[in-house]
Amino acid sequence: MSGAALDITNLSVAIRRGPTLLHGVSLHVAPGEVHGLVGMSGAGKSMVGRCLLGILPARVGITGGSIRFAGQELVGLNERDRRRAGAQLALIPQDPLSALNPSRRIVSQMTDVMRLRLGLTQSEATARALAMLHEVHIRDPEGVLHRYPHELSGGMRQRVLIATAFACEPKLIVADEPTTALDVTVQKQILRLIRDLQRSHQTSLLFVTHDLGVVAKICNSVTVLNAGRVVEQAPVAEMFAAPKDPYTQALFAATPRYDQPGGVVA
Amino acid sequence: MIFRRILLRLLQAIPTLAGVAILVFVLVRVVPGDPVAMMIPPGADADVVARLYAQYGLDKPILTQFGLWAAAAAHGDFGMSISLRQGVTGLIFSRLPATLELVAFAATVAVVLGGALAVFGIRHAGRFGEGAVDAVTGFVLSVPDFLWGLAFIVAFGVLVPLFPISGRNDPSQALGLASDFILTESFFRLRWGVTADILAHMTMPAIALALPLGAMIARVLKSSLAEQMAQDYALLSRVKGFSRWHVIVAEALRNAAIPTVSLTGVQLTFLVGGTVLIEKIFSYPGIGSLAIDAVVNRDLPLIQGLILTFAVLFILINLLLDLSYAMLDPRLRHA
Amino acid sequence: MTTPGTLRHALTNWRVVTGGVLLLVLLVAAVFAAALSPYDPLDQDLAAQLAPPDWHFGRDAHALGTDSLGRDVLSRLIYGSRVALTVAFVAGILTAVAGTLLGLAAGFFGGWIDALISRAVDIWSSFPPVLLSIILVALIGTGLWSVVAAIVLIDWTRFCRVIRAETLKQRRLDYVDAAVVAGLRPRAILWREIVPNVLPLALVLLTLEMGLAVVIEAILSFVGLSISSDAPSWGGMIAEGREVVHQAPWVLIGAMLVLLATVLGFNVLGDGLKQELDPVLR
Ligand SMILES: Nc1ncnc2c1ncn2[C@@H]1O[C@H](COP(=O)(O)OP(=O)(O)OP(=O)(O)O)[C@@H](O)[C@H]1O
Ligand SMILES: [Mg+2]
Repeated sequence: MSGAALDITNLSVAIRRGPTLLHGVSLHVAPGEVHGLVGMSGAGKSMVGRCLLGILPARVGITGGSIRFAGQELVGLNERDRRRAGAQLALIPQDPLSALNPSRRIVSQMTDVMRLRLGLTQSEATARALAMLHEVHIRDPEGVLHRYPHELSGGMRQRVLIATAFACEPKLIVADEPTTALDVTVQKQILRLIRDLQRSHQTSLLFVTHDLGVVAKICNSVTVLNAGRVVEQAPVAEMFAAPKDPYTQALFAATPRYDQPGGVVA
Repeated sequence: MIFRRILLRLLQAIPTLAGVAILVFVLVRVVPGDPVAMMIPPGADADVVARLYAQYGLDKPILTQFGLWAAAAAHGDFGMSISLRQGVTGLIFSRLPATLELVAFAATVAVVLGGALAVFGIRHAGRFGEGAVDAVTGFVLSVPDFLWGLAFIVAFGVLVPLFPISGRNDPSQALGLASDFILTESFFRLRWGVTADILAHMTMPAIALALPLGAMIARVLKSSLAEQMAQDYALLSRVKGFSRWHVIVAEALRNAAIPTVSLTGVQLTFLVGGTVLIEKIFSYPGIGSLAIDAVVNRDLPLIQGLILTFAVLFILINLLLDLSYAMLDPRLRHA
Repeated sequence: MTTPGTLRHALTNWRVVTGGVLLLVLLVAAVFAAALSPYDPLDQDLAAQLAPPDWHFGRDAHALGTDSLGRDVLSRLIYGSRVALTVAFVAGILTAVAGTLLGLAAGFFGGWIDALISRAVDIWSSFPPVLLSIILVALIGTGLWSVVAAIVLIDWTRFCRVIRAETLKQRRLDYVDAAVVAGLRPRAILWREIVPNVLPLALVLLTLEMGLAVVIEAILSFVGLSISSDAPSWGGMIAEGREVVHQAPWVLIGAMLVLLATVLGFNVLGDGLKQELDPVLR
């Protein structure tokens, strides 16, 4: 299975009877590519991801533009078609604590999506969940399956979420700051894990972050967002060599130290 | 595990009950007003009066009175009702089932109504539906349940006579049931005609009782549902492909129920307390209307017995709430 | 805080105006009851028992009908407003004073005083109010003044809780620190700095409390624990109307609507005042 192309053109998003949050954002993710989306807090990075995934907050709506994914236009679909189109998409969220339902066991939170999207039976789905937990290097996967989220560490929860995201073989995954809530040593492992899985599963990845160091390690190309507008867009090596836009330069200046592109996965 | 917890709570309840018993006993006796005077025909001679006092033990010192009462109470004998001239224990037990069935029905209505409003409001968050839910709950809460009960009587009892306005069942039909839990028993004996009649009698008092709690639940549950729906797990569930309804009902509801139980739990005891007035309004033969009659007649033994009964009910409700947290929250269950 | 500007602005708030007008009507009815009532509220017209409402305002017409003793419903409703307003003002103000003082004490002095008062509030407000009021009246005895006492005993916690929280908030604000620096003694700070700032909130609560007091009095009259059943009171009329609701629903409907209008009037006025006095909302 291989990734699919994502084409966002001129996407505008506004709060109903309120300010505009995204002003004509365009970006392209090639199949199998990791595309970084960076910007300061409040720039609208998550909003781009939420448009793509169809989970805009109440009172926020798309006012123009298009999102083409795997050959299908997503803007303007009704809710049911929208959900069906989402079968090829997945999300790795930021906060692994709040992204797992505290009152449901891990197994049901991993298998519900497989039963829905892949039509598996409960036992098939459980077997697949077990295999995925092995793939994300969790110790004692059988035990973990039957635990509640509060019984797992932050790193383990994030592994569970990553396993769930990859379980249905989506063509594109949105990772919204997947390491921000973790401590530094775990961050590195998780980043490497995402990169490895992305390669072995050939998934496209839209990687949201405000950390240029992370971009350097994992992304092929990058879009810089400021106050809802794209200010710069380039392959990673190019941008790191010579950031053109003053805002990007400021971002670089604000990052104390960053590795050269390809640091982790040389 | 859970049984130890129940047992512990029940043991803790004993001193509370003893405290309530002493307090009530003393208060009822130190206040002015003479219970026996009410049952004496005007102009009765002193001899008769003295005999009546002796009969109810009111001529002895208060400490002795309490000793006698407590010793008898330990055997389940709470004395004789002065106004009704029957054993207090028997009276309460014959009336309690009516109140328990009413409370259970009302609480169910409140939970279903409040839950449905909250879920509906959240499903339509930010749109007209949510505003409508807020307006309805606000209005329900601003009108006291006393007036709701009366308004129902006028609207659906008299102007559009849909429901009977007094009693618990149609007195012209013989029930022939073994227990006083006539709603439950008639249902399980498959005598659904009787069940329907009882339900028709209970509908208006139960809804009047349920409205304040229901509106409270709707309000609290809706705001905690809103909180839960903004959590990443709810967003993730929608990304997985589940519908909004599914996310609300299967994911968020249970987590939102935990703070709702703790914030509206006290309202459930208010609902039980509210039976006093609602039973009076609907001439419903439970312990609530019995309590009012006891108070109006200054029937000391009956008042004492009833206050203790309510105290026991409140303790049981709190126990039930306590257990429901443990059921809802896995973090507590395994702690 | 209550400057003429605030007052004029308040008169543009529909809640304040609606509530105010409703209560003004009530006040006029209570004060001029004798002049306004077409009949003596105690007069029994045994020839016209349970007469339906009659809108021909002639000499003998009962505009809102009569009750089972042939007494004029309209006149009894008008006289009933006296009981309602007496309880609203007396019980309301006493409750406000008691609750506010305790709340101020708890919030200002803190320590064991706060612990004691707060604990009492917690325990007290966990009892169902209707049951508590009936038990209290059973203990203190029936009659209007027992009802007032019962209301104060039940509802002081409403004031205490809110005023305590507000006092705590005010205490942490800069101007209190400034007053300390300026050398004011603690008690002077309480009276000169905190009380004036807490009063608007107490006024809002008082308005809402008056509505509640009217309802509690009506409930206690309804079950026969307030004033004697002859004297015109809305709760008593509701009890009577409930008895004859099939033959003469107007007795119950009349008393119910008047009670409802009064409660909603106090509620709407309270909400409006809250909006007007809250600088954030304005
Ligand atoms: N639920 C919402 N309703 C209305 N506006 C919102 C909502 N969530 C976010 N916004 C606004 O949208 C804008 C973009 O927010 P977004 O979450 O996309 O920022 P971000 O780039 O992801 O920032 P961060 O790094 O803090 O996650 C912000 O100005 C924010 O105030
Ligand atoms: Mg974000």
